[in-house]
Amino acid sequence: MGLTSTTERPDTSKQPRSRGSRQRQRQRREAYLLLVPALIPVLIFSVYPLLNGIYLGFTDSRAGLNRTTHFTGFENYVRLLQNSMFWESFKIGLVWAFGVTAIQFLLALGLALLLNQRLRMRWLVRTLALVPWAMPSVIVAIMWRLVYHPDAGLLNDVLTRMHLIDENINWLADFSFALPAVIVVGVWAGMPQTTVTLLAGLQGVPSELHEAGAVDGATAWQRFWHVTLPQLRPVIVAITSLDFVWNFNSFGLVYVLTEGGPGGKTMLPMLFAYNEGFEYGNFGYAAAMGNAMVVLIIGLMAFYLWTRMREAE
Amino acid sequence: MNTRTRPFIRLLQYAALTGFLVFLAFPLVWMVSTAFKTPQEIVSLHPTLIPKHPTLSNFTMALEESSLVRAGVNSLLVAISTALVTVLVSLPASYALVRYRTWLRKVSLGWILVSQIFPQILIVIPLFMIMKQFQLLNSLVGLVLVYLVWALPFTLWMLQGYVRAIPPELEQAAAVDGAGKVRTLVSVVLPLLAPGLVATSMFTFIISWNEFFLALVFLQNPDLNTLPLALARFIGAEGAVRLGPLAAGSLLATLPGLVFFAILQRRLTSGLMSGSVKG
Repeated sequence: MGLTSTTERPDTSKQPRSRGSRQRQRQRREAYLLLVPALIPVLIFSVYPLLNGIYLGFTDSRAGLNRTTHFTGFENYVRLLQNSMFWESFKIGLVWAFGVTAIQFLLALGLALLLNQRLRMRWLVRTLALVPWAMPSVIVAIMWRLVYHPDAGLLNDVLTRMHLIDENINWLADFSFALPAVIVVGVWAGMPQTTVTLLAGLQGVPSELHEAGAVDGATAWQRFWHVTLPQLRPVIVAITSLDFVWNFNSFGLVYVLTEGGPGGKTMLPMLFAYNEGFEYGNFGYAAAMGNAMVVLIIGLMAFYLWTRMREAE
Repeated sequence: MNTRTRPFIRLLQYAALTGFLVFLAFPLVWMVSTAFKTPQEIVSLHPTLIPKHPTLSNFTMALEESSLVRAGVNSLLVAISTALVTVLVSLPASYALVRYRTWLRKVSLGWILVSQIFPQILIVIPLFMIMKQFQLLNSLVGLVLVYLVWALPFTLWMLQGYVRAIPPELEQAAAVDGAGKVRTLVSVVLPLLAPGLVATSMFTFIISWNEFFLALVFLQNPDLNTLPLALARFIGAEGAVRLGPLAAGSLLATLPGLVFFAILQRRLTSGLMSGSVKG
């Protein structure tokens, strides 16, 4: 509405007027006063626990009353190194996070490209693509348990009718199918954020660039590869990193789908750490696992962002 | 977009779109269908997508399940209080973060990022001890407190976008007219922020209505279950065999979020993105 007037507005308001230090002081007091109601709960219930959590990873803290906690240095990590079950769970977590993020990205990019075209029924798919966002992860998991149900499930029925399988498969209890089945659910649940972000990115690509490409005789594929994709790069890097972090740290979906089973085949690191902390009460050891996860995430992110940056140059 | 698409390509595009439609819709349709089926039909050898003898009995059974109803009430209480408290707390904070130059601006941005990267287990263990000390374990008030801090990164992010959209000239004009700071905030800024406040509180309602992990850690008394907890426990126990009521209950539990989301949809997709994506 007032877009033109803002551009024509003389720039005086942006220049800091020479204020007395007293006024600056008053301003600062105002700012702190406004921030305090948010600052106090954040300090008590987020910053302090986080720092304390990192510290607990170096102690032998356990649940229960009247226990004294000792600083044990790297003992937890030495134990972790020898804990093959944890490393197994770490590996599963990486397969899950990479799998979900990569598939999700490819599907969401395809969907976003389609939704950016003038196609019929686009509104229906667009609406449907947003629904998982509004659903509790517990219900997404329950819904897919109905789909995967060995006797009453949709999937077995469809596959049987297509003569692809002879007998019903218990997808979530099968040693080789459980992890892929869970990854499909993860992809479904995370489609909205990724699609919406990529769509917004696509709509930000100036159409003149495309037209120029078309005039020069570039095919649709060439325009996608040489115009759209490079323009989209910052958005892609941002959303895939976020997706990866979210997926690696995710809990509820798989907890309700399989509880980490069968035989630990879908035991994501968060589930493992949760069990360690709240089933067995080994707070210090569980926090150490959390620290190991952070180190891994930050390492991977740094590497990913570094390679992207180099590529961009 | 002005270039003409060949018919063959169009066909492929529609095929792909249909593929997405099937992938996205079928699980939903299946749950709805299960919710309206009789127990016999659910386990029949060749189930159909559309129930042959649609029935509402699953819904009445889900509503007779006292644990689910109580959980619904708990969820409602928690989600409404979280939405109100969180927006009340983040309103002045997001205003200050936009309008004042303070070092806290950078710190808050860093904190928003860090809170995404660190796995919740690291925060939850010490938080569990703190809540125990304050006797806030197994208490809905305690859960609202935890949700407040957990939701703040989102609400601060969202509300700052709305504050930034208000031209500072309006406030300066009010100041020139002799209005004090408080008066300016209440009579100029607040009315303009109203839509943003509504959107943000709806968003907070949805995410706390849906939350599972923190509720699992901080509520052990079954009487205090929130809906996601109750449903997760239901499927672990009798729900595994009573699929009809399970589907019906899940459907009902999805509705509030869906309704709010439908209202929010446009705002959320455009608002969130304009804040975060600058290509």
